[in-house]
Amino acid sequence: MFDIDKWQEIFSTIKKNKLRTFLTGFSVAWGIFMLIVLLGSGYGLENGVRRQFEDDGTNIIGIHQGTTSTAYKGMQAGRTITFTNEDYEYLSKLQDVDESTGRFTIAGSLPVSYKGEYGNFNIYAIHPPYEYVAAAIVTSGRFINKADVDEKRKVICLGRLVKEALFKDGKDPIGEYVTINNFAFKVVGVFNDKSGDRVLNRVYIPLSTAQGVFSSANQMTSIYLVFDDANIAESIKVADEAKTYLANKHKFAVDDRRALNVDNNILDFKRFLDLFKNIRLFIWIIGMGTIIAGIVGVSNIMMIVVKDRTKEIGVRKALGATPWSVVSLVLQESVLITTVAGYIGLVLGVGLLELISKTLPDIAFFSHPEINFDVAIGATFILIFAGALAGFVPARKAASVKPVVALRDE
Amino acid sequence: MIRLENIHKTYATGNNKLHVLKGIEVNINEGEMVSVMGSSGSGKSTLLNIVGLLDTHDEGDYFLDGMLIKNMNETKAAQYRNKLLGFVFQSFNLIPFKNAMENVALPLYYQNVGRKKRNRIAMEYLERMGLLDWADHLPSELSGGQKQRLAIARALISKPKVILADEPTGALDSQTSMEVMDILKEVNKDGITMLIVTHERDIANRTDRIIWLKDGIVEKDIFNGELKAYKERKLISVETK
Repeated sequence: MFDIDKWQEIFSTIKKNKLRTFLTGFSVAWGIFMLIVLLGSGYGLENGVRRQFEDDGTNIIGIHQGTTSTAYKGMQAGRTITFTNEDYEYLSKLQDVDESTGRFTIAGSLPVSYKGEYGNFNIYAIHPPYEYVAAAIVTSGRFINKADVDEKRKVICLGRLVKEALFKDGKDPIGEYVTINNFAFKVVGVFNDKSGDRVLNRVYIPLSTAQGVFSSANQMTSIYLVFDDANIAESIKVADEAKTYLANKHKFAVDDRRALNVDNNILDFKRFLDLFKNIRLFIWIIGMGTIIAGIVGVSNIMMIVVKDRTKEIGVRKALGATPWSVVSLVLQESVLITTVAGYIGLVLGVGLLELISKTLPDIAFFSHPEINFDVAIGATFILIFAGALAGFVPARKAASVKPVVALRDE
Repeated sequence: MIRLENIHKTYATGNNKLHVLKGIEVNINEGEMVSVMGSSGSGKSTLLNIVGLLDTHDEGDYFLDGMLIKNMNETKAAQYRNKLLGFVFQSFNLIPFKNAMENVALPLYYQNVGRKKRNRIAMEYLERMGLLDWADHLPSELSGGQKQRLAIARALISKPKVILADEPTGALDSQTSMEVMDILKEVNKDGITMLIVTHERDIANRTDRIIWLKDGIVEKDIFNGELKAYKERKLISVETK
């Protein structure tokens, strides 16, 4: 296929028609550029959402207290449902549930103090598996453990910002005592969390301790169920069982959607994966549409080129050019324009994505837009194929030029 | 070399049918220099196109170099044109973005001759046509006579058996026309059969034989020896009118 003469001829036509070639190439380059940027952004979005999910465990059902919206069995609407230890015990033993944690959140925030320094922070009373549910990263010391809960120890794990607020001199807080409502809690650990500052203003204490100390005996506001490995159907089944049990126990209608707030992370995550599959498909369709527009442009231009060169093609045929040699001349030009222009679009698109990836601060739900190698290779093949396709009709037209007609003197 | 037996050609334009050639009988031997004359519409260009394998005939037999030309596909026709025939056109039909040498070398390109070799051969032919100094000039930088010489060089490079010239001097002044005819005559001396379509009597007179077409048939076929006598007769007939 490599033939200096043919290339020379192609370059000389291109040189003669710079603007025309540029405009044609531009439409192809633009198409590829858009496809790459769209795909990359889609990927960035997917990355971002995936990371959000990774911050919290992805196989968790969270059941949170709510307020009933309908009257049921003689009970009025507007009742706030609060879970009990009994509920917790029951739900923990449901099939497929591997671990569980209750949570009691003290409404608003309470002042926490250490040697004259104090601040208002959110108090989360939990079971040890909450470490996994919140994807907390313990940076020093340890998290709340089972013994803490069993023995109702007054221990506390501080968020990074809490520690920074109370221990201003950079002192190691482990083993020190902080005070909440005149109760002294021994600091056992400090944690970090990728979810952001809001979470880092929290402190964790054992649930059993809180139930004694903050007069919320036997109560909790949320229950989290953790699965090792559950599919969507299983997780939905567990969520339904939990709902039915709680509805029975607390006397509210099972179909009262306000009485409980159920987060099914597994379902959400799978839904997101499906969503992104669809988004990707959608992006490909749009991208392909743009590329097709480019191809039609190239085809159009090649048509004009062939018309322009009818006479020349006639001469060539008279001198012994076979139909195939004419076809390949037009095809090669078309492939050349699309490939080079498409490649430029590809490089610019990837460049832009790299730039965004490097300079854009990490925003929630968007991170590291990129395009993988396979897609780039795929796009290149599409381009070559597209070029051939764009050249095909004009090439056939060129091959069918009758030398007699072409050579007729006007 | 060229034998035409009862050649017919009809062009269909919409509902109209134009019967251009109505049974042409011509036999041209190797090495002859023949001109085809006739008024416009007499079918001389059509005849040349059929002989040049640029067009097909509807009826009759055409033998080129002893081969019967029939049902030829495009690729095959292209190969025959390339090997057996050389074309010279009124409007030169040089490729504008190629320089003189590349234009001359083009037929060899379609014979898959390597670039260096065909350029070397092209230079030889340019030298023969006295165009060596113009080898790297574009056709637009050449005069009409030079362009036609270039076209002749291009027609000769594939060492064809027949040169077909369609009004080769049509775009040239009389001085250059004669120069071009001198060249063609010289080429003919090397044994290449030559068929020239022209409407200029001066040009036709310099060939060995004139085939006169009228309304699609051969009206007169005059050989060199008879030419003078014919001319005198014509002259007399004009005078007596």
